[in-house]
Amino acid sequence: MSVEAPVRPVHYPTDAEYLEDLGGRQRRAQWFQLFCLLMLAVAVLALATLLYTIVNDSFGLTAVVNQNDPAAVVAELGYDPEITGLGDLSYDELVGLLAANVSSGVGRRLEREQRFYEDRLVFESNGVWIEICGSAEPPDGCARGPRGQSDLLQLVNERVVAPDVIASYQLVPSLLDPQGFESEVAEGFATGRFGEYTPEQARIEWRAWFNWTFLTTPSSATPETAGIRTAILGSAWIVLITVLFAVPVGVGAAIYLVEFARPSRFNDLVQTNINNLAGVPSIIYGMLGLAIFVRVLEPATQGRTVLSAGLTLGLLTLPVVIISSQEALKAVPDSLRHAGMSLGATRWQTVRAQVLPVALPGILTGTILAVARAIGETAPLILVGAAGFITSDPSGPFSSFTALPIQIFQWTSFPQEEFRNIAAAASIALLLLLLTLNAVAVILRNRYARRA
Amino acid sequence: MITDTDKFPHGSLEKKSRPGELAIRGFLFFCGVVSIATTIGILYELGKESWLFFGDERVSVVEFLTHTVWQPQAGVFGILPLVLGTVLISVVAIVVAVPIGLASAIYLSEYASRRVRGIIKPLLEVLVGIPTVVYGFFALTFVTPILRSTLGTDVVGFFNVLSPGIVVGILIVPLVSSLSEDALSAVPDSLRQAAYGLGASKLEVSLRIVVPAAISGVAAGIVVAISRAVGETMVVTLAAGAAPRNFGWGDSILGYILNPLEPAQAMTGYIVVTASGDLGYNTIDYNSIFAIGLTLFFMTLGLNALSRRFVKRFRQVYE
Repeated sequence: MSVEAPVRPVHYPTDAEYLEDLGGRQRRAQWFQLFCLLMLAVAVLALATLLYTIVNDSFGLTAVVNQNDPAAVVAELGYDPEITGLGDLSYDELVGLLAANVSSGVGRRLEREQRFYEDRLVFESNGVWIEICGSAEPPDGCARGPRGQSDLLQLVNERVVAPDVIASYQLVPSLLDPQGFESEVAEGFATGRFGEYTPEQARIEWRAWFNWTFLTTPSSATPETAGIRTAILGSAWIVLITVLFAVPVGVGAAIYLVEFARPSRFNDLVQTNINNLAGVPSIIYGMLGLAIFVRVLEPATQGRTVLSAGLTLGLLTLPVVIISSQEALKAVPDSLRHAGMSLGATRWQTVRAQVLPVALPGILTGTILAVARAIGETAPLILVGAAGFITSDPSGPFSSFTALPIQIFQWTSFPQEEFRNIAAAASIALLLLLLTLNAVAVILRNRYARRA
Repeated sequence: MITDTDKFPHGSLEKKSRPGELAIRGFLFFCGVVSIATTIGILYELGKESWLFFGDERVSVVEFLTHTVWQPQAGVFGILPLVLGTVLISVVAIVVAVPIGLASAIYLSEYASRRVRGIIKPLLEVLVGIPTVVYGFFALTFVTPILRSTLGTDVVGFFNVLSPGIVVGILIVPLVSSLSEDALSAVPDSLRQAAYGLGASKLEVSLRIVVPAAISGVAAGIVVAISRAVGETMVVTLAAGAAPRNFGWGDSILGYILNPLEPAQAMTGYIVVTASGDLGYNTIDYNSIFAIGLTLFFMTLGLNALSRRFVKRFRQVYE
C-alpha cells in the first residue's frame, strides 16, 4: 500500500449554494467599503473640527468694560474724540497719561524695565537710579534704550484704558445669533456674574483676537492686551540657531554616510543609531539639553537662554535632517559621480561640484520640513527653561526667551475664558507659519521634480 | 620614472597629497560621529542623574520598578502609576487610531482612484504636522467639554484619560495609515487578480488576502504609532491631569485602575510638570525625572526596534 497524505474532502459549492450566498457576500462587501470610507471621513472630519475650533475661538463678540474710556481720555486732553484717537497722541502726552493713572510703584517698575526718555526719568529720582544701575544686578532698563511709540501706546492701553473682557462669544454663534449674546450678557448682569460692573459700562463689540495688532504686541499679563510678538521673535531666534547648527552638521553627516563611508560595522552602527534617534520622544532631547547645555555648559551658554534652546532643538532635528539629506543624495544618479571621478576629480571635488548641486533642492526641502517640525516643539523648550512670563523681546542669543508653542501652552493652561481666545489666536498664527513653510517646501519639491 | 619631465611634460603622475581633502573628510566624519555622541550623551546624562536618584537611600530600584504608589512628598517612588497612565492613554489612542488608520489605508490602496489618493494622502499627513500643543488645546477646549456634556459632568472628570487618548489617537492616525498603505500597495497585484478571478468580493480580497500578506507592514505602522503615543507629551500634560493614579493591587480593576474617566498622569506629563516647577536641581524629586526619562527612552527604543524588524520582514518578502 502506498503511503500518501490523506486527501481532505473538499466541498465545492453547488450552483444553488453559490448563488444563495452571493447576495449576502456582495452586501457585506458594500458595507465594508462604506465603513472604510466612513473611517476616512472621520479622520478628515477630525482635522476639520480642530481647525474649526481654533477659528471659532479666535473671533467673535465680546462685552468689554474699559476702566477709562479712550474717547473720554482723549477729550480730557482737549482733543475732539471724533477726530483723534489714542494712537494719534504724542509720546509726551502718552507718558503724561501713564503718569497720571498709574501708581508710583508700578511706574517705577515699568521704568526699571525700560526707560521712557533717554535724558530724564519720569518715576524714579536720579539718585536712586544711579544707585541701582551701579549695583551688582542692574535692572534691564539701565542698559536698554527708551521705549518706542507703539510700545508706549500698548502700555497706555493696558494700564490706562485697561479693557476688561467680561464675556466673549464664539465666531459661529456671533454670526448666527448675536441677540443670544446680548441676552446672555444681560442675564450675567442680573445674576451678578460680573461683579461691580454695571450694564452701562459694558460695550458689546466685535473682536478679532487674531489680527495684526495681536501679532505685533508684546505679551502681557492681561489677556485683553496680550500679543505674541515676544513669542514670535523668541521662536525666530531659536530657529535661527537650530538651523545654523543642524544644517551644516546634518548635511555633513549625510554626505559622509552616503559618499565617503565604506560599508563597515561602524558605519552600520552610525546609521542604525541615527534611525533610532529619529524616533526618540522630544522630551528626552529636552532632558539632554537641560543636562548638557543648561547645566554643564552654563559658562558658555549662560544657562536658560535662546542659545541652549536652539542647540537642544538642533539635536532634535539633526536625525531628521540627516535622513532626508541622505535620501536626496541617494537620489542623485551614480553616473554623475562616475563621470566626475573618471575625469580625475577627487571624491570631495565630485561631491561638491556634481552631486551636491543636484541634491540641493531635496536637501533644502528636507531642511524646511525639519525646521517646521522644530517650530512646533514645546516639551524640550519647557525643560530647557522657557520663561513663563517675559515682556521684553529677546535681544541676542543670551537672552531668556519664550516661544510661540510655549505661549500657547501657558495660555491654554489658564482657566479664564479670555485666555482661551488668545490661545486660539496664537494657534492660528502658528498654523499659518507652518502652512507657509510646508507650502514653500512643496513648491520647491515640485520645481525640482520638474527639472529632473 | 614617473617624475621624468621629458616623458611626462604635464607634471608628475604621482598622487598629489591633498591636505584639504583630508580635512574635509575629517570634518564630515566628525559630523557623522555627532549623532553617536548624542546617543552617548543621552544615555550618560540620564544614567548619571538616575544614578544620583537611585543613590539616595530613600529609593531602591526594585521599589521604583514594582511599587504602585508615586508620592514624592512621602518619599514613595514607584513608577507603576505613571506607567499605568501612559499605557491607558496609549491604549485609548490605539483603539481610536487602528480602525481609522487601517480602514483609511485599505480604502486608499484598494478603492480610491489616483486623484482621490493624491488629495487625501497629503490631508492625512497634515494631521501629524500640527503641533501637539494645538492638539492639547483642542483636547481641553473641545473634546473634554463634549465628553462631559454627553456623558455627564459627574461621570467624566475634567481631567480624564479618554480625552487625551482620543486626541492622541487622531494625532497618530497618519502613522498607522501611511505605513499600512505602503505595505498594502507593495502586495503584488497578482494575488489580488487571482482572488478576483476566483470570484472573491473586494471585502474578501482586502481582508483575507491583502491585509494578511501585508501584515508585517501594518504591524510596523501600529508599533510606530504606539511608540509615538507613549512619547507624546503636550496633549497628556494639558488634558490628563497632574495626579498620578496611585493604586494598590487590591483596588477594583474596572472601577478604578482601568477607569478612563478619571485623571491619570502619564510619565511625560510628570516630567513636564516637575521640570517647570520650582524644585532645585539636586533634590530627589527633580532627579526622579531623569529616572523616568531613562525608562521612557528604553521603552520607545524597544518599540522602534520592534517596528524596524517588522518593516524589514515585510520588505524582504516582496523585494
